[in-house]
Amino acid sequence: MVSLKIVWNIFSKDLRIEWRNRETLASMCVFGLLIVFLFNFAFEGAREETLRLLPSVLWVAIAFAGVLGFNRSFASERDNACLEGMTLAPVDPSLIFLGKMLANLVFLGVAEVVMVFAAALWYNISFLPALGQLVLIAFFGTLGYAALGTIFGAIAANTRMREVMLTVLQFPIAFWILMLSIDSTSGALRGNPSGNWLGGVARVAGISLVFTIASFLLFEYVLEE
Amino acid sequence: MPLAKQTSNLMLETRSLTKFFGDLAALKEVSLSLRRGESAFLYGPNGAGKTTLLRMLTSLARPSSGQVLFDGRDIERDGTQAKASIGFVSHTTFLYGELTVRENLQFFGKLFGLNSLERKIDAALDLFNMRERSAVYVRDLSRGLQQRAALARAFLHDPDFVLLDEPFTGLDSQSVKNLETLLRQLPEQGRALLFSTHDFEQGAALAERLIALKAGRVRYDGPLAIAPFKSLGIVRTAEQEADG
Repeated sequence: MVSLKIVWNIFSKDLRIEWRNRETLASMCVFGLLIVFLFNFAFEGAREETLRLLPSVLWVAIAFAGVLGFNRSFASERDNACLEGMTLAPVDPSLIFLGKMLANLVFLGVAEVVMVFAAALWYNISFLPALGQLVLIAFFGTLGYAALGTIFGAIAANTRMREVMLTVLQFPIAFWILMLSIDSTSGALRGNPSGNWLGGVARVAGISLVFTIASFLLFEYVLEE
Repeated sequence: MPLAKQTSNLMLETRSLTKFFGDLAALKEVSLSLRRGESAFLYGPNGAGKTTLLRMLTSLARPSSGQVLFDGRDIERDGTQAKASIGFVSHTTFLYGELTVRENLQFFGKLFGLNSLERKIDAALDLFNMRERSAVYVRDLSRGLQQRAALARAFLHDPDFVLLDEPFTGLDSQSVKNLETLLRQLPEQGRALLFSTHDFEQGAALAERLIALKAGRVRYDGPLAIAPFKSLGIVRTAEQEADG
């Protein structure tokens, strides 16, 4: 119970800061929309072609919008060394990780809803027939990606070329989550039989949970100087 | 502030503390101890290792070798109790610019699991005359007011061991006097105080013990009254020496 209160305290602090700044979500949404919009011009073609490419476009947009968000998430912690301030408190570092990850998950989730809605309009594709599958894939894919973004964001925050470093550090590992998410999203949009889509969701969920748990366990070492 | 706490017990001990940054040794074999009710003044030129030492005592930095013991427990392995008992002010404020002073204290108070939080926040704000500015965003405060807010954060959880790195930075003369009065009271309350300042006379007026660092080594650790000032490179007037 105490742990949940600490996680909520950190999470709500991030939401409050974002509510005042409106920097993170705005930049994530604008950047994501821009990618989705620009690819719309590149892929004007048959519906089959759009179905083939749209999952990649969406997940690339999510990935890059996420990087923006993770960098912003730790910018406020870096100013005045607030992350160090948190580690001075008698709290388990993994709770700090959970609070930060939860905030990143929510910000990226909101940006995804905006991007998917825009994609449905611009690409003239309905996500409703496979909505349940897509929500599960998006949730687990985003969970794993936000977990990696949180731990690598904390690592990159203490480096000189932090914006570049986050991408360089995170993408080689996040590649696996993104690849499986694209594959599963593609299957869902094409109307895979139930056995197949369940397998797709299970693969994304499996790898995301592995990365989330690993990030949770390793976060305390990241905080050490 | 509560009444006097337990006195004369060993609170903090460092054993052969060494810290390397790459090939550069910031601290070399530093062994110290501090008891409850004791105040010590950390003095040394730039790069002497003062900040590095204070950061290691708060577990913000990990020693390359050696140990920091708080109440007999290694803070690297079991630092929870130490963290709950330490109040630390550093060169940075550890405060969120986008939150007000009160919101910052609420946030950190909850991390420390404090009960009667609003009452403690008011007490900490009053301690540094910050009550009137509690609703101001930290980013909108001057450097001196930010420092006072940082001090309020450090004293919020009523720490037994107060560690201050250049605490007078940016403070106006009245705030300096208030802080000096507060720091003088800490040992009487059974708390331990370790602080650094570049103003030797200011430090000498507040502590009985001097820990002089140079190039990462302890050059002197003992009563201020008998410190070998000349060999430590500290120039004092006869009047200042007479004042202690």
